[in-house]
Amino acid sequence: MHYESPIREPLILEDKTLHDITEDVARPIEGKANKWWWALFLFALAAFLWGAGCLAYTAGTGIGVWGLNKTIGWAWDITNFVWWVGIGHAGTLISAVLLLFRQKWRLSINRSAEAMTIFAVVQAGLFPIFHMGRPWLAYWVLPLPNNFGSLWVNFNSPLLWDVFAISTYLTVSLVFWYMGLIPDFAMIRDRAVKPMAKKIYTILSFGWSGKAKHWQRFEELSLVLAGLATPLVLSVHTIVSMDFATSVIPGWHTTIFPPYFVAGAIFSGFAMVQTLLLVMRKVVHMEAYITIKHIEYMNIVIMVTGSIVGVAYITELFIAWYSGVEFEQYAFLNRATGPYWWAYWAMMTCNVFSPQFMWSKKLRTSIGFTFFISIVVNIGMWFERFVIIVTSLHRDYLPSSWTMFSPTFVDIGIFVGTIGFFFVLFLLYARTFPVIAQAELKTIVKSSSSQSKNKSHE
Amino acid sequence: MSKKVIYGIYDDDDVILKAVKDIRAKGLNIDEVYSPFPIHGLDHALGLKPTRLAITSFIYGCTGLFLGMLMMWYMMIEDWPMIIGGKPNFTFVENLPAFIPIGFELTVFFAAHLMVLTYLIRCKLYPGSTETSPDPRTTDDMFLMEVEAHGNEAEIIALIKETGAVEVKEEKIA
Repeated sequence: MHYESPIREPLILEDKTLHDITEDVARPIEGKANKWWWALFLFALAAFLWGAGCLAYTAGTGIGVWGLNKTIGWAWDITNFVWWVGIGHAGTLISAVLLLFRQKWRLSINRSAEAMTIFAVVQAGLFPIFHMGRPWLAYWVLPLPNNFGSLWVNFNSPLLWDVFAISTYLTVSLVFWYMGLIPDFAMIRDRAVKPMAKKIYTILSFGWSGKAKHWQRFEELSLVLAGLATPLVLSVHTIVSMDFATSVIPGWHTTIFPPYFVAGAIFSGFAMVQTLLLVMRKVVHMEAYITIKHIEYMNIVIMVTGSIVGVAYITELFIAWYSGVEFEQYAFLNRATGPYWWAYWAMMTCNVFSPQFMWSKKLRTSIGFTFFISIVVNIGMWFERFVIIVTSLHRDYLPSSWTMFSPTFVDIGIFVGTIGFFFVLFLLYARTFPVIAQAELKTIVKSSSSQSKNKSHE
Repeated sequence: MSKKVIYGIYDDDDVILKAVKDIRAKGLNIDEVYSPFPIHGLDHALGLKPTRLAITSFIYGCTGLFLGMLMMWYMMIEDWPMIIGGKPNFTFVENLPAFIPIGFELTVFFAAHLMVLTYLIRCKLYPGSTETSPDPRTTDDMFLMEVEAHGNEAEIIALIKETGAVEVKEEKIA
C-alpha cells in the first residue's frame, strides 16, 4: 500500500469519506447554476460571438483585414497560437509527468488541467487555419494527392511537422482525458435520478462497472498513455519552436529555442491552471480538495520554470553578443532598446521578476497574491511570443522596409473571441463533467487525507 | 437447474482485499469484484493474469513508425522528389533527419489510439452499453464481491460474513 509520512501535509481536508467525495463531485452537476456562473457564461459567450463574427469577416474578406503588412507577415495570430498551445502544456504535464513521478497531489487538479489543455489547443488550432486565408482548404495540409498530379506536402517543413504534432497532441490528450472520465461518468450515472441525465451519463460512461480486470487494464492504460504523453508534450512545443528556429531570421535562428519554449509553455500553463482553479475551487466548493498545499506546489513549479525562462532570455543575449554576428546582435539590442522596448521589458518584468516573489512562503501560500501573479504571468507570456515574433520581423535585412505593427479591431476581436470560447467551454465543463478525478482521488483517502493523518497521530 | 450468485458487500478496500485472499485460500472461486477505484494488489489476490495492453501498445507504436516512414519515403523520395533549400535529399537516408519529428508523432499517435481502442474492445466498453454493476453503490463507496454458488450457498454466505462484509445478498440467475 501507498505509505505516506504523517508529517506531510494532507491533500484532502475536512475529514472527507469516500461518500463525501462522491457527493462533492456530483453536487455541481446535479445542482443548479448560480448567478455568478450565468454572469460569467453570458460574458464569455458574448466575447466568443464577437470573435466568431471577426473570424467570419476574415474568412469572407481575406486576411488583409488583419494588421499584417509585407514586413510583418506573422503577428498576433501566431502569437496567440503559440500562447494557447503553451497554456495547454500544463494539463499534460500534470496528468502525465506527475503520474510517472507518482506525485499524488496531481489527483485533485489533473481533470481540470487536462480539460484546460484540450480547450486551449482548440483555440490554438483556429489561428493557423484562419491564417491560411482559405480555411475551407485546410485539408490541403494533410498528405493527400492533389488534383493535378502527385505533388505532396513538404515533409521537410516544420510547419507540416506542426500539423502532425498538434493533431496528435489534441487527439491523444482527448482520449487520455476521456479514459479517465469513464469511471467518473459511471459514478454520476449510478446516482442520477432525472431520466434525461441518466440516459446521457449512461452513454458517456460506456457501460463502466468497475470490474477488477477492467481496473487492472485501466491502470496499465493510464501508465502507458502517460509514458507516451510525456515525450509527446515535449515534442509539441519543440516543434512549435522549430517553426522559428529553423528559419534564418535573426532572433529566431537559435538552438536554445526548444528547451526554452517547453519551459515557457509549462510556466504559462501552470499560471492558467492557477487562474482557473482559484476561481473554480471557490465556485464549486472544492476547497477541501484543491488546498493551499496544491496551490503552493504549483507556485513552486511557476517559480522554477519562470527562472528557467529567465536564464534562457539572458543566454540568448549572451549568445547574440558572443556569436559576433552583427544582425543577431542588432536584433537583440533592438528588442531591448528599440521601438518595442516596452513589450520587451513587460515580458522581462512579468516572466522573470514576478515569479521570484514565490521564494517567500507567505506569498506563495496566499490565494489573492497567487491569482494576481497568475494573471501577470499570462500577460507576460503573451508578450514573450509577441516580442519573439514581431520584434524579430519588424526590422528586417532591408532598412527601407522597416515598419511597425498595429493590430486592427479584427486582430483584437479574434483574440478576445478565443478567450471567450475557452471560458465558454470551461464553464460548460465545470457544470456537466466531474471536475475532480474522483475514482483515483479515492485511492489516497487512506494515506493522504486529514482524517488518516489524525488517526496515525493517535 | 437454477444457479445462485452471492454478493458480499464491503465498505473498506483493505477488508475486501483480505477477504478475497481468505476466501480463495479456502478453495472457493471469486467470479468478480466491483470497486469504485482500483485496489492495489487485487489483481494478484484474484489470480488475474497481468494485462498485455502495454505490449500491444509497443507493437502499435512500431507499426506507426514504420507506416510513417513508408509514407514519407514514398511521397518525398519515390513519387515526387523535391529539392528543398538546395540540399541533397534524393535518398531516404539523406532526408532522414527531417522525417524524425513526424515519425515520432505517428509512433505516438498509433501507440496511443490503437491501445485505447484495444482497451475499449477488450473491456467491452462502448457508448450505448447499459451494463452496470449489480449494486450502484460500487461506484460510490462500496465494494462488491460476486461468488457463484453450486448448492453451497450457506457455506459461502457464512464465509463472506466472517470476512467482514456489511451486507450479503443472494440472487437467482437463469
